[in-house]
Amino acid sequence: MMSEKKKPLLEVRDLKQHFPISTGSFLNKQVGAIRAVDGISFDVYPGETLGIVGESGCGKSTTVRSISQLYKPTSGSVIFNGVDLVNADVRTMLKARRNIQMIFQDPYASLDPRMTVRSIIAEPMEIYNNRKLMDTPMSSMDIERRVEDLMERVGLNKAFKNRYPHEFSGGQRQRIGIARALALNPKIILADEPVSALDVSIQAQILNLLGDLQKEFGLTFLFIAHDLAVIQHISTRVAVMYLGKIVEISEAVQLYEAPKHPYTVALLSAAPIPDPTIERARQRIILTGDVPSPDKERNGCYFYDRCPKKMPWCSCHLPPMFDITDNHQVACWLYDKKDYSKITMEESQKDAAVKA
Amino acid sequence: MSLKPNAKTVLEVKDLKTYFKTDAGIVKAVDGVSFTVHEGETLGIVGESGSGKSVTNLSVMRLISSPPGKIVGGEVLFEGQDILKLSETEMRSIRGDKISMIFQDPMTSLNPFLRISTQMVETIRLHNKDVSKKEALARSIEMLKLVGIPSPEKRIQSYPHQFSGGMRQRVMIAQALSCNAQVLVADEPTTALDVTIQAQILELIDKLSSQMGTAVILVTHDLGVVAGMCDVVCVMYAGRIVEKAITDDLYARPSHPYTEGLIKSVPRMDTANKNNRLFSIEGQPPNVIDLPPCCPFHPRCHKSMEVCRHAYPPIKDLGNGHEVACWLYAEEATRAKALQDAEQQEKV
Repeated sequence: MMSEKKKPLLEVRDLKQHFPISTGSFLNKQVGAIRAVDGISFDVYPGETLGIVGESGCGKSTTVRSISQLYKPTSGSVIFNGVDLVNADVRTMLKARRNIQMIFQDPYASLDPRMTVRSIIAEPMEIYNNRKLMDTPMSSMDIERRVEDLMERVGLNKAFKNRYPHEFSGGQRQRIGIARALALNPKIILADEPVSALDVSIQAQILNLLGDLQKEFGLTFLFIAHDLAVIQHISTRVAVMYLGKIVEISEAVQLYEAPKHPYTVALLSAAPIPDPTIERARQRIILTGDVPSPDKERNGCYFYDRCPKKMPWCSCHLPPMFDITDNHQVACWLYDKKDYSKITMEESQKDAAVKA
Repeated sequence: MSLKPNAKTVLEVKDLKTYFKTDAGIVKAVDGVSFTVHEGETLGIVGESGSGKSVTNLSVMRLISSPPGKIVGGEVLFEGQDILKLSETEMRSIRGDKISMIFQDPMTSLNPFLRISTQMVETIRLHNKDVSKKEALARSIEMLKLVGIPSPEKRIQSYPHQFSGGMRQRVMIAQALSCNAQVLVADEPTTALDVTIQAQILELIDKLSSQMGTAVILVTHDLGVVAGMCDVVCVMYAGRIVEKAITDDLYARPSHPYTEGLIKSVPRMDTANKNNRLFSIEGQPPNVIDLPPCCPFHPRCHKSMEVCRHAYPPIKDLGNGHEVACWLYAEEATRAKALQDAEQQEKV
């Protein structure tokens, strides 16, 4: 991988984001925590697209929100361009965050209905201008021109700049969201399910637009989706999340050709392919049960309850990341050098107790 | 048209038209839709939002609220009887009993105040008056077991909020099938669910329909789901069916430019077309208010001709029940005549 020689643009180390569960009485004692993101680490290299897939509730969205500091992470670090965003002071953080922008899932909810398109796209520039965080201050004429340029670049007629969001369709609104994200010339864009609320024909338009913008501005994407085909289309590397943890991270081609983790295998086999002959002949792995609630810490593999290949060892030993190749890591005991399949439940529990 | 030529026709929709009256004009949400569903067959209806998929099914169920909506024309023949002509009381004995429906959002289509048992027993007893409560409960438990809910005896006493999304959808399916429905209308049954749960639910619907011989109308926007589940597919655009074919034919030879574009614009997992641009249908779906007489797809079509702007294309059978509504497949003479007629009308 050529990007390996490059320095990563974004480094996430052991990031944890827990949300407290309180009793709700006047004492409001904390009785537990939803462990939405529970210790994940990865790097994002300049110019690449890292896709994150997983089912709802696995912590994909929380991950990007923690990275952009919309939530204060419980622990861990997010290093962007050498600056640790978690521990930096507000001004440094804001300055660094100019380069990190987001695109949201729901184009109906992410645009203020009482603002015109012009003010929506200009808002980030005005805020940074007023706080004197811009490298070169922008005059209102500059901002006006930039808004028009951006609108044209994302395929909106600049004559519509005084219209309100409700006058646009879903795809056009998503374009407004993209223009807003581009306003400050960011280096990395965190896209949280940007196409899942759109129709198929519009989805293709937006995916093409994002691809073009990436080439034109040398953008880096962190792209979340639950649609595996979309992720494959757009990503250079893919991380698969389950219950707040990354279970597999790899080059996209490798992951789709030879998935390793039993969860990835099941996920890929469950995704429908739009071709009747292939689709009917395909062997699906149907996982039983639902994703469990992430409210407690487990000492075993998080996927244990639903895994079709589980061994007694997995119930009480948390798998670390094993290297398959340099660019392919997987958190599953099946890929350790040692064979655990013969170990009985009693032996594994004893071993776990000793280690604890 | 059907894969099983001897299968009995259960439901026949003929030239169905459902319009909505709004301040801006008349919305022709469904404008002349016809299809047939046979026993044990799964019919897929695909299309983008606003194409009239859901309204078609709500019309079949007679669940269009009037006003503003109104079924202005057509017939829906269920076992030879036009159910659009039935009184509301008669309709009630069919709806939920012979024709059942599963809705898109399992979170909002169960009553949050009632236990699952109450809701399921109610459905069964409403349609079979002579079933005792006890029998109905036993029947409900059996249905829950059938759809794969673990320990159904206990879970039936739960409230909907105690179930996850996938489980709620299973309860909906159990409820819909508890009266041995002959037709099951599934309106985007898996859109709100994750892929692994989607696979579970689709397999369940498939299994039940082949076991019980239920005909299924599956509404979806996911072409992958259609490929795996359906025998016959209708593609809808702006309130009309633009193409109808046996699933394999449709994917092998998509004939309408819209269908072709739709199939090409989905990224596929099995063919590596990485970093290439996706084929995309430019523009937006049309507003169906006061649509002029033209092919509604012509502004986005890459093969549009002069005639497309002036008249709605006739439906042409390409063989083996493969029907397409596109001027490309009409004869030259028909095209010329349509153009002439349209010009004459414009002059008037």
